[in-house]
Amino acid sequence: MIYGLGILKGLGVTLKHFIYSYIEDVRYLFEGGRYQPRHLPARQGPRARGVFTVQYPKEKLPLPENFRYIPFLVYDTQENKIKCTSCGICAKVCPPQCIWIVRGTDPSTGRPKPEPEAFYIDATICMSCGFCAEFCPFDAIKMDHNYELSSYERYESLLFDLPRLLKPDTYHAQIHPSDWARELAEKEAEKAKKGEKAAAHTSA
Amino acid sequence: MDELRDLNTMPVPSELSNNVFVTTIDRFVSYIYNWGRKRSVWPMMFGLACCAIEMICAAASRFDIARFGSELMRPSPRQADLMIVSGTVTKKMVPQIVRLYNQMPEPKYVISMGACATGGGPFKEGYNVVSGIDKFIPVDVYVPGCPPRPEALLQGLLKLYEKIERQSVRAVPWYQRGESEAIPVPILGPDLIDPRRLPEIRARLAELRARQGSSSESSS
Amino acid sequence: MTAPTKAKAVPRAELKGDLAVLKEKFGDAVQPAEYEGVVIANDVLLEAARFIRDELGYRYLSSLTAVDYIQEGYFEVVYHAYRLEGGGPLVFKARTPRDVATVPSLVSVWPGADFQEREAWDLMGIRFAGHPNLKRILLWEGFHGHPLRKDWKEPYYEEEHKPFSSRWPSGHHIRAEDRVFWHDNVQYPLDWDPDQVEDTSDELLYIGMGQFARAETGELVEPKSLRTERLVVNMGPQHPSTHGVFRMVVTLDGETIVRLEPVMGYLHRNHEKIGERNMYLQNMPYTDRLDYICSMSNNLGYAIAVEKLLGIRPPERAEYLRVIMAEFTRIVNHLWAIGFLLNDLGAFFTPALYAIEERELILDLFEEAAGSRMMCNYMRFGGVAHDVSDDWIARAKELVYNRLPRAIEELDRYLTHNELIKARCQGVGVLPPDLAVAYSTAGPVLRASGIPYDVRRAEPYSIYDRFDFDVAVRYNGDVYDRYLIRIDEMWQSLRILRQALDQIPKGEIQAGKKQYMIRVPAGQAYGRVENPKGELGFYIVSDGSPNPYRYHIRAPSFINLTALNEMCKGHKVADVVVILGSIDIVLGEVDR
Repeated sequence: MIYGLGILKGLGVTLKHFIYSYIEDVRYLFEGGRYQPRHLPARQGPRARGVFTVQYPKEKLPLPENFRYIPFLVYDTQENKIKCTSCGICAKVCPPQCIWIVRGTDPSTGRPKPEPEAFYIDATICMSCGFCAEFCPFDAIKMDHNYELSSYERYESLLFDLPRLLKPDTYHAQIHPSDWARELAEKEAEKAKKGEKAAAHTSA
Repeated sequence: MDELRDLNTMPVPSELSNNVFVTTIDRFVSYIYNWGRKRSVWPMMFGLACCAIEMICAAASRFDIARFGSELMRPSPRQADLMIVSGTVTKKMVPQIVRLYNQMPEPKYVISMGACATGGGPFKEGYNVVSGIDKFIPVDVYVPGCPPRPEALLQGLLKLYEKIERQSVRAVPWYQRGESEAIPVPILGPDLIDPRRLPEIRARLAELRARQGSSSESSS
Repeated sequence: MTAPTKAKAVPRAELKGDLAVLKEKFGDAVQPAEYEGVVIANDVLLEAARFIRDELGYRYLSSLTAVDYIQEGYFEVVYHAYRLEGGGPLVFKARTPRDVATVPSLVSVWPGADFQEREAWDLMGIRFAGHPNLKRILLWEGFHGHPLRKDWKEPYYEEEHKPFSSRWPSGHHIRAEDRVFWHDNVQYPLDWDPDQVEDTSDELLYIGMGQFARAETGELVEPKSLRTERLVVNMGPQHPSTHGVFRMVVTLDGETIVRLEPVMGYLHRNHEKIGERNMYLQNMPYTDRLDYICSMSNNLGYAIAVEKLLGIRPPERAEYLRVIMAEFTRIVNHLWAIGFLLNDLGAFFTPALYAIEERELILDLFEEAAGSRMMCNYMRFGGVAHDVSDDWIARAKELVYNRLPRAIEELDRYLTHNELIKARCQGVGVLPPDLAVAYSTAGPVLRASGIPYDVRRAEPYSIYDRFDFDVAVRYNGDVYDRYLIRIDEMWQSLRILRQALDQIPKGEIQAGKKQYMIRVPAGQAYGRVENPKGELGFYIVSDGSPNPYRYHIRAPSFINLTALNEMCKGHKVADVVVILGSIDIVLGEVDR
């Protein structure tokens, strides 16, 4: 047994890692350089060699559709209303109980109406588990992808109220394309069902 | 360019606002001073819970906090500029955190990373959890999320840079006369005791005893 | 107060097998318990425990915990013992009235009961007669009350069960601080005098260490010409090598360790108390935060425990997904553990960086499947949360067949034969096999000591019985072997992953409809899985309500620490760091 052989081998590994980073640079040399946005997925994928760094904030990792951070409420831009019906399931299922909902009342009758009057999510409690979005029967609450939320104080800016939580469904469609497609398909199916029923009604 | 724009918005102490010469010098000196130190904020090597793992990931090669000059994690508070409170602050741990904060030399900054450090997070209702580290030490930037992605921490760090940029050499507390006061270290009694709140605790305890006494009298 | 509807009417089953032997031996002192196991009278408990260990062969005490049956007026201490050859548990219980709250300590039979009994004393207030060091372990000396008792309320107490009614339909946001009398998460007993504020917990600890040193001085032969003194050194909770907020108080003789006392609880996040207020499903994301490096396998353990009570099994595809995620988690954890073990050795950050790189790629897979890098919250009762795409499988295969083998081999080449590592690790922190079993250590620590005990083989769960893999075992029980065994286990995980990724069928991922408020039939279940750090067990007592009546976690990191003192004795202070690194603890799990 030769002493020092193991150490030399180890140093070889370190050297290899060092050199690989430059080899990667060479590989991308004729494709406009390594840090082109179009190379990002390949550069961050399992086939990348050497060190791979995301040049945040200049470039950002593509987020998968399932990614969850803090929830937001979907605003239906076609029907011009909040999708939430204030049924309270999200508030019930929330593990750290960080959702507060005031159910809206109809001023003329005084009876509850399916729209929230106030909606609070305390981002200093939220554990980003995604249960609210998972169990919402109306697809009204979804998990946001925006993680750049840091602030200088926490009482005003980290208590999300209704105006802050509402985001248009176009945004939802943009960050959750397949979820949105499923919603549209369900809507279509429901419409078709209704149409059928109406047709049956009129024919009868 | 960004730096120059910020230079113009830097707050000027009111008593100096008429003195054009002094203000310009102050701005210039502050600019150089802040430019120099904002890109070398050394965090303390100090992790509490889950968020610490994301903090380590931010320090690793993929997110690489070294691009912002903050890769030197100092295990000793004496050499650190920034304390990243990364995780749940428990009552048992908070005396040590305050002690560490007191030992850091000025200028010192605190980033509260994650929901737990910011406001107790999902564990807020727990009996051993402090509802936010800002109850004890001043926090500069809050990063929400559970846990925040490494990028979110980096964004918090950039936010801290903005804050540092806006500081004026003449107004910063560590160049004022006299020593800055240390924060009294919390004590573990029957529950966590904040020495600053002792008078209030005494009063409330007395109130509670009086209430108890009157109710027992009325019942007997 | 909630009524634990402990079904008194449950017919007491005839005692079978080893329980019948136990009954025969001890007669009326052994009575069948409600759902499983037997209740042993306190006066024969020690004798019975010895009988169970030596005659019946249940040498491994896996879990010890206590349940507060406030309605019935007694505490129940529950023990789960296993045979090392595999098979199911022998469950035995001891009862004590609430006002007496004393049971005999089993530390003399199973030293591994040490920390678990201290935890039961700390949180439940049960005294263990004969325990050598019955001090609080997670909270501090002087804390008022024992939090897990059912009549103890935390300062922010709102309601007995979630969901809280203040959230809906008229849920005006109010911070907990503003709601409570003390305006903070504190409460003080009425008879407490705020003027007598003094924190003596550290002093008590140090004095205890000093006394021990003095008492032992006589045993050691000291040179007469040189007077030496013992030194008490404190490491942590803020120390770069303690893997979080862990603290060790070490008595040194020169540089040699005479005694080491782990001090924990700096991350005690009241997991169990919160878990008893939560609905069953709500505990799932909390389990992510137990051992926050392996959230997927924590999910699996909890899901399996509850599924035992529910009596359901997930569909085929979900089972495969679970295994795939759990094995990826094992690789993640071992990469992390090896990287940071080397950090502790002084190879500062380079091996850890290489390990984190590979980990990031696995985390990308987790993020795509579950939605979060670390806090996956992926398993549901009877299934998993999301399905994965074919593209995901292809990427996972790319990792499993190409990238990870290369990375592990590289780590192996980088580290295994390095002379410095050998010099620092071989023969350091030796834990002989008999002690490893006695101290109830689990996972790589146990297997590195020559005990081939792996829950995946000993009591197969999920679909592990279908896969072809070996239980990695090493025989020296030192730090070096604990390092090697992690490399071995990563290879075995890759083997399982290859089979699982090739065989995964198409189909459903959730049995039945996904519900957020499940009703779990009354009963008791102990579900355990082989986590990367060792045996993770969930002991759940259900009273039929939407919340668990008792929710206890047998945390492998916590119990593995019981053996730390034994491993460190006689070594130098610099070795402590390495030994601790080789146990691989995560504080979220140690303190819960």
